Amino acid sequence: MKVVIVGCGRVGAVLAEAFEKAGNDVIILDRSTGAFDKLPSTFRGNAVRGDGTDEDVLRRAGAQDADVFLALTEGDNRNVMAAQLATEALNVGRVLAKVNDPVRAAAYADLGLATICRTNLMEDTILGFAGLSTAQRPPILAPQGTHPGGEHHRAEAEPAAATSEA
Amino acid sequence: MFVLVVGGGKVGYYLAKELVESGHEVVLMEKDHARADQIADEIGSIVIAHDGCEGKYLAEAGANRADIVAAVTGDDEDNLVICQMAKHHFDVPRTIARVNNPKNEELFKHLGVDELISPTRMILGSIEQDIPVHELLHLGSLGGSDLELIEAPLLPGSPAIGRAPRDLEIPEGCSLFAVVREGRAVPLRPDTILAEGDKVIAIGRAECEAALHGQLIGNAEPVG
Repeated sequence: MKVVIVGCGRVGAVLAEAFEKAGNDVIILDRSTGAFDKLPSTFRGNAVRGDGTDEDVLRRAGAQDADVFLALTEGDNRNVMAAQLATEALNVGRVLAKVNDPVRAAAYADLGLATICRTNLMEDTILGFAGLSTAQRPPILAPQGTHPGGEHHRAEAEPAAATSEA
Repeated sequence: MFVLVVGGGKVGYYLAKELVESGHEVVLMEKDHARADQIADEIGSIVIAHDGCEGKYLAEAGANRADIVAAVTGDDEDNLVICQMAKHHFDVPRTIARVNNPKNEELFKHLGVDELISPTRMILGSIEQDIPVHELLHLGSLGGSDLELIEAPLLPGSPAIGRAPRDLEIPEGCSLFAVVREGRAVPLRPDTILAEGDKVIAIGRAECEAALHGQLIGNAEPVG
């Protein structure tokens, strides 16, 4: 499988290593080359310095047609945009965006984008640890995400256009 | 009309100011507190010092009753999320995003942003208008020599259209070697018939440019 990871933080780096060990081709992007120090010295995948919300950068890194695309930077909006770019423009199979704001995580899950929310995860886990009841939210919202994006909107827009023509 | 402006940089500030002056109801969101205070001092208490990307604060700003949300921060990803949240979460009828990377325009449109303003595209368009397209373009010079690499677009009226290189009077010290046709560069043979829209790539000394111009560009009218 071709796996693209945007954001080489702790999570991005360990996942890059794990996916590579499992025999996948890994491309990892970060805006700072220093971030790649977190990768093990044995990492043979492709570490690319660049903005993962820039289509040209992603294409140059070879992200198109990837099987898995993980947007894991520290910026919710950057993740959401990179993930939507991957779905709409790069023909990527499965896409996941980390969105730490619970409101945004739920809103984008409603739009069909698979999201993982650290705030929800930690809240539920810690409440469970303390023996309190939790919201029992799934760790990944809309995991089968088939992002409807523009189609969703075009479907809404068409009747309006037809009315204005008539 | 109730307009929610997100981003209190120069664009957001002047936009809010003009809208207030023309009698609209305006709320401006700016996450930098110092900047928010400064704007409030100048145009009044219409500023919310919070991040307009957060659902919670959009709700506080009254996004659910906004007629228009204008996302004018300096970051494309923020502007996209603000418009999508406004559209899908708050049912705002009209969303406007500032787009800095012109390549993002298509994606934003596709994702449902109603209107896009791209300063980069506008300035680019203005510059391109000023470049005469009926001229020879210099692509570069060949290392240390006086040979120039030149591109000649064949526009209607060019005397080269319908003719082959061997039928043209190519000046001494100059040669035509490739043609870009429908986006693809192919080597030019002496018998290749040139067509309108072709871009002929030539190499030659600066002094034969005038003659080359006469052969390839002629008196073609500038386009646009």
